Amino acid sequence: MKEDTEWTMEIHSRSGWFNIDLAELWRYRDLIILFVRREFVAVYKQTILGPAWFLLPPLFTAIVFAIIFGSIARIPTDGQPPVLFYLAGIIAWTYFSNCMTATSNTFIANSGIFGKVYFPRLVIPVSIVIVNIFSFLIQFGLFLIIYLYYLISGAPISPNIWLCLVPLLLIQMAALGLGMGILISSLTTRYRDLTFALGCGIQLWMYATPIVYPLSQVPHQWIWLISLNPMTAVVESFRFAFLGSGMIQSWQIVLSLVITAFILFLGIVFFSKVERSFMDTV
Amino acid sequence: MSEIVIKVENISKLYRLGIISHNTLYQDIQSKWARLRGAEDPNTPIDQLNSGFKSNECECFWALKNISFDVRKGEILGIIGRNGAGKSTLLKILSRVTAPTEGKIKIKGRIASLLEVGTGFHPELTGRENVFLNGAILGMTKQEISEKFDDIVAFAEVEKFIDTPVKRYSSGMYVRLAFAVAAHLEPEILIVDEVLAVGDARFQKKCIGKMGEVAGEGRTVLFVSHNMNAVKNLCGKVILLEAGNLVYEGDTHKGIAQYVNEDRIETTTLDEEYLNSIMTGLILERNPTVRFQQITISDINGTERATFRSDEEIKITMRYRCYTKVTNLRLLITVLDSEGNRIMNTLNYDDESVVSKNELNPGVFTSICTFPKNLFGENRFYLSFSMINDYAEHINIEKGMFFDILFYSMSSYLEKLYENTCIRPLLKWTTYVE
Repeated sequence: MKEDTEWTMEIHSRSGWFNIDLAELWRYRDLIILFVRREFVAVYKQTILGPAWFLLPPLFTAIVFAIIFGSIARIPTDGQPPVLFYLAGIIAWTYFSNCMTATSNTFIANSGIFGKVYFPRLVIPVSIVIVNIFSFLIQFGLFLIIYLYYLISGAPISPNIWLCLVPLLLIQMAALGLGMGILISSLTTRYRDLTFALGCGIQLWMYATPIVYPLSQVPHQWIWLISLNPMTAVVESFRFAFLGSGMIQSWQIVLSLVITAFILFLGIVFFSKVERSFMDTV
Repeated sequence: MSEIVIKVENISKLYRLGIISHNTLYQDIQSKWARLRGAEDPNTPIDQLNSGFKSNECECFWALKNISFDVRKGEILGIIGRNGAGKSTLLKILSRVTAPTEGKIKIKGRIASLLEVGTGFHPELTGRENVFLNGAILGMTKQEISEKFDDIVAFAEVEKFIDTPVKRYSSGMYVRLAFAVAAHLEPEILIVDEVLAVGDARFQKKCIGKMGEVAGEGRTVLFVSHNMNAVKNLCGKVILLEAGNLVYEGDTHKGIAQYVNEDRIETTTLDEEYLNSIMTGLILERNPTVRFQQITISDINGTERATFRSDEEIKITMRYRCYTKVTNLRLLITVLDSEGNRIMNTLNYDDESVVSKNELNPGVFTSICTFPKNLFGENRFYLSFSMINDYAEHINIEKGMFFDILFYSMSSYLEKLYENTCIRPLLKWTTYVE
C-alpha cells in the first residue's frame, strides 16, 4: 500500500493564526481578472450615463466644499485654487473609501457563492480593489483636465518630481482600503451592527484627514495625532506632488506606511480565521 | 487495489445553534462588562437562568461524528442518507467550503466540487464570458477553458447564442450551459451533489453518461444523491450516513437496501396530526377540501398489527373528512418493495358503487381496502396513500407505513426457495403421470 506518498492537500480542523496561501492566490489570478471584468460589466452595462456617474459626485463635492469651507468658513488652502485643492483630496479619499466600503461586506454579499465552491476568498476583495481603480482613473482624468486648465492659466501650482510616486500612493491606498475592508468584513460576520457604524465612521474619518483643510492649519500639538491617521500622509503627498504645497515630512510618510502594513496584516489574519468557519454562522 | 486518494480521519463537525448570529457587538461588550463586575449577564436567556444550564452547553449539535473512510483512485463513491444525516456537511468539508471541528482529511490530486451548477453566473455577461468565469471559479485556468471551450458549447447545445447575455437564455439553456462547464472539469477527484436533477430527461441521460465516462478515465467521483437508481447505476461503493454517523460502508446494493429499510418503529395507526405533518402534493392550506384523519393497518378481525403471514388478509382502513361537497374523490394505495420500487396501485374505483355515485357531502367517511391472502411474498412492503380531489387537492402520504410478511411453518430449506420475492400467489399446480 502506498499510503505514505505525499498528499496534495490536507484539511485540518485547526489552523495557525496566519493561514493565507499567497501562492494559491497567485494561481487564481485568472479568476481575479474575470471577477474584475464581471464587476466592471455589471456596473457599466446597466447605466446609460455610465462613467458620468463617477464624475459628478466628486465635482459637486469639490464645488460645495469650495463654497462652504473656502468662501464661507475661509479655511485657507495653502494658497492653492480651492476647487483643485479639494478635488485632489476628494478623489484620493474616494478611492480609499470605495475600496473599504466595497470590500467590507465581502462575506455577507458573497455567502451564496462561498457556500458552494472553494477558491481563495481573498480573490473577491482583491478584485474589488482593482475594479475601483477604473473609477479612480475616470475621476483622475477629470482632475487632470481641471489641473491643466489652472496650470495654463498660471495658478501658483508647481508639479514636481514626486509625481512619479503617485502610482505608489495608489497602491498604498488600495492596501489600506483592502486591509480595513477585510478587517471589517471579518468582524461583520459576527457583529452585524458594525455595518451601520461603518457609514458614520467613514464620514468622521474623512474629517480627520486633511481634505477640507491643509495639514499646515493643524495646531502643532495635534500633529502627532493626525499623523497616526495613515490617510493624512497619503492625501498630503498626493497634493504635494501635483500642487507643490504642503508640509508633509518623511517621518509621517514612514509612520503611515507602517500603519498601513499593520492594518493590512491584521486584516489578513482576521480574514483567514473567519474564512474557514464563517459559512456556519452566516 | 489502487491507491487511496482521499483519506478521511475522524471528521466531526459541531454547529452552534442560534447563539452566534444573533449577537451584536453591543451585547458582547455588555456581557463582558457584566462578567468583569461579577454581575449577572443581562443577555442570558431566562430559561437557562432558571434551569441552571451553562449557556454554551445546550445549543450545540454534532452534524458529523467521527467519520472515517477511504476512497480509492477511480472509485465512484455514493454518499446516501436521509435529509439532515450530514451528507451536505460532509461535502462542504471535503470541498473546503467550511472547516471541520475535529479530524483531518488528506487528499491526493486536484479536487473540484459541484455543489451547484452555474455558480457565479452573471446575467449581464454573455455565455462565453460566463463559461470562462464559472470555469475559473471551479478551478480551471484560462488556458484549460480555452482548450475545451468548443466542446463545452457543443455539449450545452447553445452554439448560436454563445455571445448573447445569459439573461436572455431560457432556463433550460442556462442550466445546460452551466452543467456543460462542470462536466468538462478535469480534476482527479470530482465531488457532485444532486446536480443530475437538472434539465429535461434527455439531457439528464446525457449527464449520467458523462459521469460514467469521467469515472472510466480513472478519475474518482464522490456522488451524493437521493436518486437510488442513479446511485445504483453509477456507484461501485456507498457510504450510508445516519444522524451524523457513518452506519454502513461497502457494497452499493446492500447499502441502498439498508438505507431504505432503516429500522423505523412499527406503526399501525397514523393519526391526523402526523398525517398532516407529512403530507405532500397539491395542498390548499387555507381552505382544505379533504383531509386524512386516520389510517390503520390491521388483520381481518380489526386487530391492529403490521406483521402478517402470507396466507392472511390485510385490512387498510382510511378515515377522512370532506370539508366541502366533493365529487369523484379518488383514493389510491401504492405498495412498494423495500428498495422503493412500485409493485402495485389500487384505487377506490374498484368498488363499483363508487364509480356509479361518487358524491360526498361534508362529513367524515371511512374507506376500507382489503388485500387478499396469498398475494405478497415474504418481504417488507411500504404503503403510500393518495387522495385526489380533482381541480382542488392532491394529497400524498409517501411511505407512511410498512408491513412485514413472514414465513409460516415451513422448513428453512423451503423458505430459501421463496426468498426475495414480492408476490407469492397460490397458483394451481397439477401433476400427472404420462
